[in-house]
Amino acid sequence: MSGTINIDGQNIPFEEGQTIIEAATAAGVYIPHLCHQPGYTPHGSCKVCTVNVNGRNCSACTFPAVEGQTIVNNSAELEQDRRRMTQMLFVEGNHFCPSCEKTGNCQLQGVAYHLNMLDNHFPHFFANREMDASHPDILIDHNRCIFCNLCVRASREKDGKNVFGISGRGINKRLIINSDSGQLKDSDIDVNDCAAHICPTGAILIKRTGYQVPIGKRIYDHHDISEVALMEEREHGK
Amino acid sequence: MMKTFIQKVLTDADYQPARLLTILRALQAEYQHIPIDAIDILADALNIPRTQIIAVVEFYSFLHLTPQGRYDILISDSITDRMQGKENLLGYLSSALKVKAGQVRDDGLVSLNNTSCTGMCDQGPAGLVNGHALTKLDRPRIDEIAALVEQQKPLGEWPPHLFAVDDNIYKAGLLLNGPIENGAAIQATYTRGINNTLEELDRAGLRGRGGAGFKTAMKWRFCAEEPSEQHFVVCNADEGEPGTFKDRVLLNSHAEQVFEGMTIAAAIIGANQGFLYLRGEYLHIFDKLQAILQQRRNAGLLGANILGQGLDFDIEIRLGAGAYICGEESALIESMEGKPGIPRNRPPYPVTSGYLNQPTVVNNVETFLAVAKIAIEGGDWFASFGTEKSAGSKILSICGDCSRPGIYEYPFGVSIEQILADCGASNVLGIQVGGPSGTFISNQEFNRQLAFEDLATGGSFIIFNNSRNILEIVQNFTHFFAHESCGFCTPCRVGTALLKKQLDKIIEGHGSAGDVVELESLCQLVKSNSHCGLGQTAANPILSTLQRYPDVYEKQLKSISYEPGFDLDGSLEIARRMAHRDDAAAHLSQVED
Amino acid sequence: MANKIKVATTSLAGCFGCHMSFLDLDERLIALAEVAEFDRSPITDIEHCGPCDIGLIEGGVCNSENVHVLREFRKNCKILVAVGACAINGGLPAMRNHISLEDCLLEAYRDGIGVENAQIPNDPELPLLLDKVHPIHEVVKVDYYLPGCPPSADVFWAFLTALLEGREPSYPYELVHYD
Repeated sequence: MSGTINIDGQNIPFEEGQTIIEAATAAGVYIPHLCHQPGYTPHGSCKVCTVNVNGRNCSACTFPAVEGQTIVNNSAELEQDRRRMTQMLFVEGNHFCPSCEKTGNCQLQGVAYHLNMLDNHFPHFFANREMDASHPDILIDHNRCIFCNLCVRASREKDGKNVFGISGRGINKRLIINSDSGQLKDSDIDVNDCAAHICPTGAILIKRTGYQVPIGKRIYDHHDISEVALMEEREHGK
Repeated sequence: MMKTFIQKVLTDADYQPARLLTILRALQAEYQHIPIDAIDILADALNIPRTQIIAVVEFYSFLHLTPQGRYDILISDSITDRMQGKENLLGYLSSALKVKAGQVRDDGLVSLNNTSCTGMCDQGPAGLVNGHALTKLDRPRIDEIAALVEQQKPLGEWPPHLFAVDDNIYKAGLLLNGPIENGAAIQATYTRGINNTLEELDRAGLRGRGGAGFKTAMKWRFCAEEPSEQHFVVCNADEGEPGTFKDRVLLNSHAEQVFEGMTIAAAIIGANQGFLYLRGEYLHIFDKLQAILQQRRNAGLLGANILGQGLDFDIEIRLGAGAYICGEESALIESMEGKPGIPRNRPPYPVTSGYLNQPTVVNNVETFLAVAKIAIEGGDWFASFGTEKSAGSKILSICGDCSRPGIYEYPFGVSIEQILADCGASNVLGIQVGGPSGTFISNQEFNRQLAFEDLATGGSFIIFNNSRNILEIVQNFTHFFAHESCGFCTPCRVGTALLKKQLDKIIEGHGSAGDVVELESLCQLVKSNSHCGLGQTAANPILSTLQRYPDVYEKQLKSISYEPGFDLDGSLEIARRMAHRDDAAAHLSQVED
Repeated sequence: MANKIKVATTSLAGCFGCHMSFLDLDERLIALAEVAEFDRSPITDIEHCGPCDIGLIEGGVCNSENVHVLREFRKNCKILVAVGACAINGGLPAMRNHISLEDCLLEAYRDGIGVENAQIPNDPELPLLLDKVHPIHEVVKVDYYLPGCPPSADVFWAFLTALLEGREPSYPYELVHYD
């Protein structure tokens, strides 16, 4: 079964079982997102993909496409809300882009650029977060974790392991490691695992690769994340 | 030693990972925390990742990774407890026991902390000691408790009056007035026929009593029609909305009828297993409820072939462990599966994919109570009470500034004025209807009525008189939501923490005109983008009071363009101390002179 | 030239990198000088800011002097601009925020390698450190933000020309970056 939904006045076909974001991506319509990645169980936590479906706000990455939906994706109001939620992620953690290896390749940054975010707006939490440099090949900097859950899903769904988990409640959420010591070196992660490469921010990094491409020549230095995401994710859909 | 204990707990739990919370509660009670070695043993025995166990321990307020005192005392921090002098008593208890709130005493004997509303609002200030409810706290009782702790007297030997919990039913209506005879409602269901009984529920117009008001018959029909080998019935007794305590009373005095309603649900949807999810704060009625379940089994009202009708159905009680969010039905289901209570994405809804991904009906205690009565009296009888859109009655938990706080049952459509007169409230400033997630109404709105079409409520009704400070009320509620946010989605996780910061800034007198504008836009952001009802309603206390009392907020503001939200001079304190300076240049004013 | 706009600039807890980037306007500085004059700024050596149209602030707020200077700018400048990562989110200096100030001072002046005559500086002339480094919008109201570490000369140019022409500033995609 298939049908048609309407996003910002454009008719878009969908297949039974597709979410709104899947149908949109296949049709070349970008909806900003951070915790969504094609091929992974939808999570719906970052809320950056919030769209308005028949008058109600929904996460495009979890909400199924249903015949006849009228969806607003681009509106000043949604863009403002998405910008504010991105700013929330920036003030919640400690995101000092100039000192981060991921800068220019960071999806959090990419979405912020896309939303024309010029400042962080809110007061900063300056949360006290740790680094875990114990593993010979992989670094975790908890300062940059946005709790998108992608590493958790990647480890479980792709790598067949359970290296990561999200613990804590409310603003005290934290990423935890499945090992006796709680350190990454004692987990069964491998540098080739999907979980080691999926992080949209600079929270999980592969050591000794940070500056192979100089700042200024990185993905989002020149390309809006909408182009990049559509190119990569439409490819995945085929 | 520990291994043996854990083996026993695991055996009792039949090694079911879904019973993780039950298992962890037992460990917490035994060791005052969840020892790290226990986590490894459990992970192996239950075949679940240790990250899941840690995540559960860190999610629920009553579970801890570090040892609490052998007497762990929690004081309820709801607005009504505060109105009854809680802050003062907490300070008194703290000095009596020589332990600060939030800390464990050095000798490990006692720990003290705040906790969210324990549901004793009509007999507060209240608290919990090792999970058991303490009521009507005052200085003599605190002296008594402190002495018992110092003597290290086992809890079982503490005088019972400390744990006495009253029902305080002041006004009984169509449900509370005529309790049913055991088995009568199940018998009536089978006499009438299962499908006809569902028809009666439909005709009754019964809507869910948790607050959202979904039509019960429709929910059950959806669930019944869902093809699956297993269906489940869940009674939501995670009554965490501050100011609500009617489910406690219903379970204390009418549990039979609630279980009977659940059994009817089982007959209709085709379930063999039901659950009562009881909030951890109501541990004091756990044994009593277990005994009632056993009596029902003995009487052939639970278990195999109930009343000879071929229905096999039993009920298990699952205790929560301190998490308001678990009152949300999909979070409750996650919790029942041994996970942190994080609301699921919907669709699918529980009626198609609930507990263990099987079709599940989740309803409030009061809904099941009503079902049993409707099964006997019929739908028309029920629909003849209340209003057209809100049939039947609503059982209210009334607390705050009135002379008779307690339980009141009214037909829907009753006016606020009537309620206030009945419970002895005067000089009223306003009422929080439906708890913090509901609406604050002012004394200009007393002609409004309780009904889904006007003021919907899950049962909480908190009265404030003119001596109360609106901002203190709003602050208590806003802190509550920040504390209870599960943290899953960005707008609620970060937004409720920012709301708390921004509101505190204004209340502490550091706000300027732009800060109220900012507060309001933050409220709208959190409300319209959050994942579940908690986030969608967390800004209601601010929004509903901003709308009614803008002047109260404006009075707090300074006529300057901006003031920092943190204490500037205070942030120089460390540097001053270390440089041994206290000259004029070693200080900063909060705003420019 | 009475109708020239007045611009003041300063660096709080910053590295003057934003100022260096500003100087990268190169020959456009001459065009700018036609329409703008500088009040307090490292390029004029004027010590205190008078009434200005635009104040450009580089760096976050790390000590009491920063607070005083920032307030002076806010008081005198019609438009206050947070320039660069440090002014916007505290930047690299704010990476000390997760270490207690006490530990910072002890490490620097008492326990660190190579410290002689260990003592915490206490001259009243010296500004005291705040326990945390704050972005400037947490201390005063800020009107505009120019992100970047540093913002490129083109960002300054796009911003200033827009204001001079009475437009709301906007930036092409490649000019908005945080590094």
